[in-house]
Amino acid sequence: MTDRLGARLWLAQRASAAMLALCVAVHLATMIYAVQGGLSAAEILGRTRGSITWLAFYGLFVLAVAVHAPIGLRAILREMTAWRGRSLDLAAFGFGLALIWLGLRAVVGLFR
Amino acid sequence: MAEEMLEVSVWRGAAEGRFVAYAVPRRANQTVLDLVSHIQQRLEPGLSYRFACRVGMCGSCAMTVNGKPRWTCRTHVARVAGADGRVEIAPLRNMPVIKDLACDLAPFFDKWSRARGRFAPTQTRTDDFAPVAPASIQRQAADAGIECIGCAVCYSACDVVAWNPDYLGPAALNRAWTLHNDARDGAHTARLAAVAGDAGCHACHSHQSCTEHCPKQISPTLSIAGLKRASALAALKGEI
Ligand code: SF4
Ligand code: SF4
Ligand code: FES
Repeated sequence: MTDRLGARLWLAQRASAAMLALCVAVHLATMIYAVQGGLSAAEILGRTRGSITWLAFYGLFVLAVAVHAPIGLRAILREMTAWRGRSLDLAAFGFGLALIWLGLRAVVGLFR
Repeated sequence: MAEEMLEVSVWRGAAEGRFVAYAVPRRANQTVLDLVSHIQQRLEPGLSYRFACRVGMCGSCAMTVNGKPRWTCRTHVARVAGADGRVEIAPLRNMPVIKDLACDLAPFFDKWSRARGRFAPTQTRTDDFAPVAPASIQRQAADAGIECIGCAVCYSACDVVAWNPDYLGPAALNRAWTLHNDARDGAHTARLAAVAGDAGCHACHSHQSCTEHCPKQISPTLSIAGLKRASALAALKGEI
């Protein structure tokens, strides 16, 4: 039996990992820069509000997380528990949707 | 001078069982298989174990020695016995134990066949030899994995096999990779379909326990990485 889903999930996880490597690096560098410059929360918000660039960057970050984390969680659960099959796939998918919802809400909070 | 003795603990039983200690005289250039043979021939005629070639060719003598899977005919006692002269010999992991040191390798080899580890010929005896350039990337990739003796040491060393009993495992996947790189083979796509996914190459953690323990210095990890790429690409293109 071909496990096309497994192969595609693997690919999606690698692609999202590449994206995350970049996003995390930019995120950390920005944080260090902001802290050293002594920016307050209000000043940071002043920069992110209305900025399409930051909106796009953190939007992408959230999407990469939402692809990457559920696939990894699904793999861990398959290995460490007896949970398999459709219900697990749906639960992982639901977890991804929850990450998108929570993540994008935070991103929009920075933007508005 | 008194003979130097080793304390050799050997697993007796099947899934349920216990270690039994035997005193075996230490000899120069002694192998772990020599210890087991000594016990069977002189001390415990009922001890079950396997071996055939005694020179690292047949792959039948693998056991867990002091916690690590090894080919016992080519493992010198000097390499594994500590200063205390103790050696612990158990059957391989991840397979049902039939008795004592003999495992049932059927699940291991069944997975070779599930991974389509069989050559699929495309020519007949009337055709000319297929030209395969020794320097080609495919030939070299096949060469790197081809010397496998089917000893199941890697399979015994792999945690993913322990966690996921359906996982095809390093040896079967390594075999699939050598065939994938064989220009004469006609089942490349079907094989990629057989090895893709959660029970196949994509379940591998790349933690290289197989590679670390393989007595033939093969890297199943590298072979599996090749299969991951090839089959993920095939899945992306809709070929599998
Ligand atoms: S690298 Fe892959 S096949 Fe090898 S031991 Fe680790 S999980 Fe098993
Ligand atoms: S890959 Fe190495 S360890 Fe695994 S079965 Fe072949 S020879 Fe033995
Ligand atoms: S007895 Fe043949 S490989 Fe050890």
